[in-house]
Amino acid sequence: MHAAVVVFPGSNCDLDAYYVLKDLLGIETTLLWYRERDLSEYDLILLPGGFAYGDYLRAGAIARFAPVVQALPEYIEKQRGLVLGICNGFQVLTEAGLLPGALAPNINRRFICKSVKLRVENAYTPFTQLCREGELLELPIAHGEGRYIASEETIERLKRNRQILFRYYEENPNGSLESIAGIMDETGTVFGMMPHPERNCERLLGLGEGLKIFQALAQALTPGPSPVITHGRGVAQAG
Amino acid sequence: MKEFTVRVLIEPKPELLDPQGQAVERAIKDLGLAHISQTRVGKLVKFKLKAVSLPQARERVSEIAHKLLANPVIERYSVEVEEL
Repeated sequence: MHAAVVVFPGSNCDLDAYYVLKDLLGIETTLLWYRERDLSEYDLILLPGGFAYGDYLRAGAIARFAPVVQALPEYIEKQRGLVLGICNGFQVLTEAGLLPGALAPNINRRFICKSVKLRVENAYTPFTQLCREGELLELPIAHGEGRYIASEETIERLKRNRQILFRYYEENPNGSLESIAGIMDETGTVFGMMPHPERNCERLLGLGEGLKIFQALAQALTPGPSPVITHGRGVAQAG
Repeated sequence: MKEFTVRVLIEPKPELLDPQGQAVERAIKDLGLAHISQTRVGKLVKFKLKAVSLPQARERVSEIAHKLLANPVIERYSVEVEEL
């Protein structure tokens, strides 16, 4: 397995993600400059947190035109591998139209930086297969624009297809519709979440619950028998 | 080619709660100068553009606004194009 962590001008969680993949899990990982267009070598494309292009205009609005993001539709279409967007990466994926909806400024107008509880809503995906449905994870959030917004129709579709993987539990910190914290696309290969799993992968930083997501990806992408369908329209088959 | 000045006004969609607008409105009320309501805070993007005609200029600007300057999921925009 070969992972790529994309580096935009303004990314600041790229090295944390690299550390988790490379140093904690021993996965061959490349820091991929945002000018690159060739993604064929990589089984995982991780769009990290940060402030790509200073979040000018809107978070993710300019980064979506970066060559590496322009190459993603073909990567997804070919089902070459998995795509994970964390925080700013999630914002880039929605701006690029690769995930539905948008992330608006937090309802309390503040940048929120704290640990929150998440409920696992669908554990039958390559991203969550090591979690139990209904399990609670505690992960940090750190964002000013994390209020998930989508049309009623989109929300219904997300629910019907079980594309909502994480919801904020008890407290909805940013005013997201349906307390949505992370969603997957219809192919089941693209996942975006506002919380930062890479910031809670070791006991030093909490209970290390974030590591489960990276371990799940590694398991899904490593050749051999796997209990989870990692490719194809397997989203609605869960349960 | 003619040259046009362009103004694109972007605002949060009417159905979307605009906390920034609410905060500004409270502050305006604190000034004690006016009874105001429905304050929305948006953005203004200005630029110059060359095109062969006004309709072509408008078409280009709409495309720019739709694809980049506004996010149609949460924002709406209006466009003003004037020949220089």
